[in-house]
Amino acid sequence: MVGKKRLSFLVSVLVIFTFLLTGCSSAQAKASSKRKVYKIGISQIVEHSALDAARKGFIDALASKGFKDKDNIEIEFQNAQGDMPTAQTIAQNFVSQRKDLILAIATQSAQAAYNATKDIPILITAVTDPVSAGVIKSLDQPGTNVTGTSDAAPIDKQMELLKKLAPNAKKIGIIYNTSEANSEVQVDAAKRIAPEFGLEIVTAGVTTTNDVAQTLDSLLQKVDALYLPTDNTVVSSMPIVAAKTLAKKIPVIGAEGCQVDAGALATEGIDYYKLGFQTGLVAVDVLNGKNPKDIPVTTLKDTELEINTDTAQKLGIEIPQDLMARAKLVKGGGK
Amino acid sequence: MNELLLGIFEQGLIYGIMALGVYITYKILDFPDLSVDGTFPLGAAIAASLIVKGENPYLACLAALTGGLCAGAVTGFLHVNLRITSLLAGILTSIGLYSVNLRIMGKSNVPLFTGGNMFSGSLAPIITIAVITMAVKILLDLFLKTRFGFLLIATGDNPQLVTSLGKSCGVMKIAGLALSNGLVALSGAMMAQYQRFSDVGMGTGTVVIGLASIILGESIFKRISVMRPTTMALIGAILYKASIALALKLGLPANDLKLITSVIVIAALAFNQKAFSLKKLITVGGGSTASDSQPA
Repeated sequence: MVGKKRLSFLVSVLVIFTFLLTGCSSAQAKASSKRKVYKIGISQIVEHSALDAARKGFIDALASKGFKDKDNIEIEFQNAQGDMPTAQTIAQNFVSQRKDLILAIATQSAQAAYNATKDIPILITAVTDPVSAGVIKSLDQPGTNVTGTSDAAPIDKQMELLKKLAPNAKKIGIIYNTSEANSEVQVDAAKRIAPEFGLEIVTAGVTTTNDVAQTLDSLLQKVDALYLPTDNTVVSSMPIVAAKTLAKKIPVIGAEGCQVDAGALATEGIDYYKLGFQTGLVAVDVLNGKNPKDIPVTTLKDTELEINTDTAQKLGIEIPQDLMARAKLVKGGGK
Repeated sequence: MNELLLGIFEQGLIYGIMALGVYITYKILDFPDLSVDGTFPLGAAIAASLIVKGENPYLACLAALTGGLCAGAVTGFLHVNLRITSLLAGILTSIGLYSVNLRIMGKSNVPLFTGGNMFSGSLAPIITIAVITMAVKILLDLFLKTRFGFLLIATGDNPQLVTSLGKSCGVMKIAGLALSNGLVALSGAMMAQYQRFSDVGMGTGTVVIGLASIILGESIFKRISVMRPTTMALIGAILYKASIALALKLGLPANDLKLITSVIVIAALAFNQKAFSLKKLITVGGGSTASDSQPA
């Protein structure tokens, strides 16, 4: 009987599958019985330079306090590759393995992790507005098992920088992914603050990296300068942004260092490595027994000025001496 | 029960409803419908914004279903009345829905952590999900046995027959697409409540999951003649979710996740090589595009 054969095959597949699913966790349990090894799961929504930097900072911060991977902690890193249901599965997987701590990088990963567990401490980073994402009650007192850092960028400092580097600019373009909650928050903030600097914001939305080139073509005709939020789609498209803006001699102010490395003119922004590092230090407190619900969610206080001298030269912009003196100078990026 | 295994069944059954929707268009109507990528988040958007306003979560699901019906009918209208090819009609609907979904939610991401939803009661989510999914499956099976259901099947298999009975193939196609997308939107509404947020980007790749579930289920269970295709689609959805979970569980480098998932699905299909016929896959794909030249 073919049906029977098939059925027995299926049963064996299911058995093997169940074994694989449960087998791994029992092996880990054995390792931890010798001495307390903290199990940390890292869930990241998608791979790009800023989020990767935050993750690296987090791991380095733990190491600086004596928590080394494969020694007294065990880090498992999973990336949903942009897929939201997968972020749910990753979070459920971490919970089923009884991780001691979960690091969730970016908004959707944070929401997925918070949905999966209300007990295991969750550290978040690169979430611009964790309150409106629903994972904490307030920044000062989260009141949930979630704490960490927000990557809310200091927009006023960016506008100030823009006025110094491009004094004649009046209309500022912002290109962002309309599906990213992080970016929406920043665009709203920029619109609110811009009038104080005598600037007008012109926005253009994209939905995937494929839309960026065409959208820029139309946006750049209308603006004197461009501001880039910490938008996952825009960060991924930096080469084309740099190429198009240089061709039109339009200065670009980025929200974070990676964008300047890739050819934006300058930023007075946050360094994701440092943000991740700051998150890692909070994680150490949590591992040492502090309760996340009382640990405030912080932003990065000290911003860093970063200027791309190659871009400045190509744009014919003279950087004021006071800025040069305190800036981190980088080269390259745009062709 | 292990959270991961439980998660596979919960997510698999929610996506199963979507797979049943895709089954109607892809298998019954022989219509490759890409509007699914837009109607899945449409359901999520409608349900989320109603729940945030304090509406009953089950009413919100019904509203989502209705929204999906309308969106599916739009795809059908584009195809049947404006004679736009099936693929393009679906694409146009799903692109348009992106903005509609943003409008409905007012922002790109609506969290549902506070307040009630269909899974916040005392009943375990898996039970709620299983009951709804089985109800949808049984209703669909019964529906396909009615006169209207037979006409729907004939529209895909033998359009001349439908015409000779004095019925319009176009009307049947629109009805089928509406029904299909209604189910997809219902699935999206449930997913949003399950994951406690609705995100405008959550539809990306939905149609791929739907097709993979149907083909996976069908190729593995084809030889069991008593099994209904709808059951195959449901189990296929669970197996597809299981493949992703297995890929995660293997602990391979994070960046390889999608490759591993695809390898696991390929392996599952290859083991059933007798049941799996590449030739059929190609003719199904080719057949559907060929029929595009003569809509309605």
